[in-house]
Amino acid sequence: MTSQALDHRLRGDSVFSELEMLLPFVGKPIQYVGGELNAVTKEWNDADVHWALMYPDAYEVGAPNQGVQILYEVLNEQNRVLAERTYAVWPDLETLMRENGVPQFTVDAHRSVGDFDLLGLSFSTELGYTNMLTALDLAGIPLHADQRDEHPIVIAGGHAAFNPEPISQFIDAAVLGDGEEAVLLITEIVRTWILAGRPGGREGVLLELAKTGCIYVPRFYDVEYLPDGRIQRVVPNRPDVPWRITKFTLMDLDAWPYPKAPLVPLAETVHERMSVEIFRGCTRGCRFCQAGMITRPVRERSITGIADMVENGLCKTGFEEVGLLSLSSADHSEIADVARNLADRYEKTQTSLSLPSTRVDAFNVDLANELSRNGRRSGLTFAPEGGSERIRRVINKLVSEEDLIRTVTTAYSAGWRNVKLYFMCGLPTETDEDVLQIATMAREVIRAGRIASGRRDIKCTVSIGGFVPKPHTPFQWAAQLDHESTDSRLRKLKEAIRDDREFGKAIGIRYHDGKPGIVEGLLSRGDRRVGNVIESAWRNGARFDGWSEHFSYDRWMESAEHGLDGTGVDVDWFTIREREYTEVLPWNHLDSGLDAEWLWEDWQDALSEVAVDDCRWTPCFDCGVCDQLDTEIQVGPTGVVDLPMPAPRPSQVLSGEPAP
Amino acid sequence: MSKQTKNRPPDRDLAPTIQKLRLRYAKRGRLRFSSHRDFQRALERALRRADIPMAYSAGFNPHPKISYSNSAPTGVASEAEYVEIGVTAMCDPEKVRRELDEALPPGLDVVEVVVAHGSDFAHRLEASLWKAEIAAPRAEVESAVAAVLASPEITVERLTKAGKRSFDARAGIVQFTLIDGETGAQTDQNVDGCVILHMVVRHITPSVRPDDVLAALKQVGGLVPQKPVRVTRLAQGPLALLDEVNYTVGDPFDLDRVSA
Repeated sequence: MTSQALDHRLRGDSVFSELEMLLPFVGKPIQYVGGELNAVTKEWNDADVHWALMYPDAYEVGAPNQGVQILYEVLNEQNRVLAERTYAVWPDLETLMRENGVPQFTVDAHRSVGDFDLLGLSFSTELGYTNMLTALDLAGIPLHADQRDEHPIVIAGGHAAFNPEPISQFIDAAVLGDGEEAVLLITEIVRTWILAGRPGGREGVLLELAKTGCIYVPRFYDVEYLPDGRIQRVVPNRPDVPWRITKFTLMDLDAWPYPKAPLVPLAETVHERMSVEIFRGCTRGCRFCQAGMITRPVRERSITGIADMVENGLCKTGFEEVGLLSLSSADHSEIADVARNLADRYEKTQTSLSLPSTRVDAFNVDLANELSRNGRRSGLTFAPEGGSERIRRVINKLVSEEDLIRTVTTAYSAGWRNVKLYFMCGLPTETDEDVLQIATMAREVIRAGRIASGRRDIKCTVSIGGFVPKPHTPFQWAAQLDHESTDSRLRKLKEAIRDDREFGKAIGIRYHDGKPGIVEGLLSRGDRRVGNVIESAWRNGARFDGWSEHFSYDRWMESAEHGLDGTGVDVDWFTIREREYTEVLPWNHLDSGLDAEWLWEDWQDALSEVAVDDCRWTPCFDCGVCDQLDTEIQVGPTGVVDLPMPAPRPSQVLSGEPAP
Repeated sequence: MSKQTKNRPPDRDLAPTIQKLRLRYAKRGRLRFSSHRDFQRALERALRRADIPMAYSAGFNPHPKISYSNSAPTGVASEAEYVEIGVTAMCDPEKVRRELDEALPPGLDVVEVVVAHGSDFAHRLEASLWKAEIAAPRAEVESAVAAVLASPEITVERLTKAGKRSFDARAGIVQFTLIDGETGAQTDQNVDGCVILHMVVRHITPSVRPDDVLAALKQVGGLVPQKPVRVTRLAQGPLALLDEVNYTVGDPFDLDRVSA
């Protein structure tokens, strides 16, 4: 009966009544029902263009994602455009959906994802690729783009889309860079195509998208290989398609104050707060950091723009914490004034402020005091990334041990009891000694903290992630460390901390083994041949690869053996092999604005342990972004120092009676 | 937790609680899948959005003064959930109801607000009246009901966080009533032909939830519905005899209204 009802469904009809029958049998059903505050539902027939937006992870991770929330709102503000959200369903519901013929659905109006004109996926990480395949399959969309007909156009975005080659057979297109203007451009092209009666069919609209030069349509490019397995060249297979594809860069953040009405999920999510992006981009130049390389230049939101977004967002959501978001929040040119003004404004309202990413050298007493003024102290996390001064020069994370000690001393004396430190293991040129210095650093932190606070109960948590070389960074040529060596180094570090009688008990250590990093490395720097590995892993059951309880290294390695059979290359070739300057990298035709020569020089500087400064306060060192993309750094000061207090909202609920 | 003076929470101007309000709210439609914790978060945010002058606890992490009564299980709808809040200014209950209802997502609806009188509220919630929409022939439901009522004790199992536990579900069951002429929620075509069963269940320890009663109907009466049973709490409150045989679940706000 259920499937019969579904068969008679019209395009855009809700599948909720079928889904509802399954919800009593799954975990946390609230994540599938939508109904969030500030969610938007529109009539299907009132729109020319229908977008399904997917964050390919569980709702609890995907719902707070700023990228999806921004695009959702930007699109729904448009006339005759409809956007709804969809997330990865957990395996318990996936099984029931397959048994009962219920398709992948959106959480807004519970429409079948296969009904939409476009499916946009935001990939923060490559580990969401298998979840995309589940969603396509549940939606009834053929996995392979060349087998699609009147199905949605599948478009990938997000940081991982800067090398979409491993998923090129599953997507119709990829967008590089900021999404706000990109989705509007795509919408107009698709709208024109639909209203004109879909000239040229699917290929017709893809060609229109490709011709813009800023939307990558993999099917219009052929990859040729050398006998040794390296890429010879990537070449357009049609005359009207450009050789290179350029990223989108949004230049005036104040003109795009999104999300204006942040979603407030009912289900518990990973970020129980409202976020305001205070700037985009980063020019600190940390060589491992893909985000810092591909989001240049720095574009700040003004202090007034930030304050307006905070006030408006709090009114519309009722959140009690505001995160000031960016790649390195304390680097905002007016951060001290921003923090002081916001602390003044919300002092009596139980609203707390947090800076999710704070550099050690930009943190100071004033900022610490503003953040803790109303008594709430969220955790403090700093990321020295490397244990030794030498390795920090290699990665260009110019944080000295003195900076760190001074900063944690400030934090401990301002009342914090636990400071988290984040490091990486497996960096280029790294030795055991570099990693063991993490223990030394943690010891010094505790020693300084005990003196500063006069207490013995302070703690330091050391968290270590495996380094994975990423495309469009100076380390894109580097050999990744094999997982056995990663594990061995981490074991030695753990022993060093455990054996420390004076400080060991005050130091917590958290890390993952090196295996997941190898799979991430394969997907990050893979080329089109890795697509078969992804499909094979998915067919063998890979789901939610970012979750250790679902991830299986053995499954991926077996799938890689099968998927790469006959190519002459293997997992090691993609991961632990160092590349030469002359090698054509799979993403060479995708332009992040960074000059290849500059990246190579920066890689050579890394090997010589030479650091470079930040171009916000030193002369330009020609990374290429501003020149090639005609953009520029936008930072303050704006001259605004003090903001007026917001007008008090008179309470609507008082009775006017005197208190008894 | 250290009690040293050095680690004392900062002094804040903490306004005292000067009025307590009791709220009745409903959990309807798709939001019946929200858990109690989901509702707690939604309510706290709605209180802030609606500018209700909440009283806060002292300490490092001040919490708004809210106390919750026994909440309906996840997946079960309700017309009668109760919560009490402390405020720092005299409020108009109807205005609070309106503003708070506006600030909550549709489906979490504030039905009534009264000024609290007396501190015995939890004791007033003696029993619940549940409505079950059961996709099964009426005769089967009738015979299952008869079988349950004829059993002095029915041990059912429930999976809890601590593992499986067994208890007597019959001890909580007060009364079953088959409702004629009603065919289920108007909004849902899937419940066409459902039998509507009203169940009065006493609040005892360990608590007997509607799924425990349905488990008893299956275990003793062999009742296996064709679709998941949709359950709604229609009322909770004092248990009273309506006449010589029939029980009713009263309105727990009666005492607040009388005192007002």
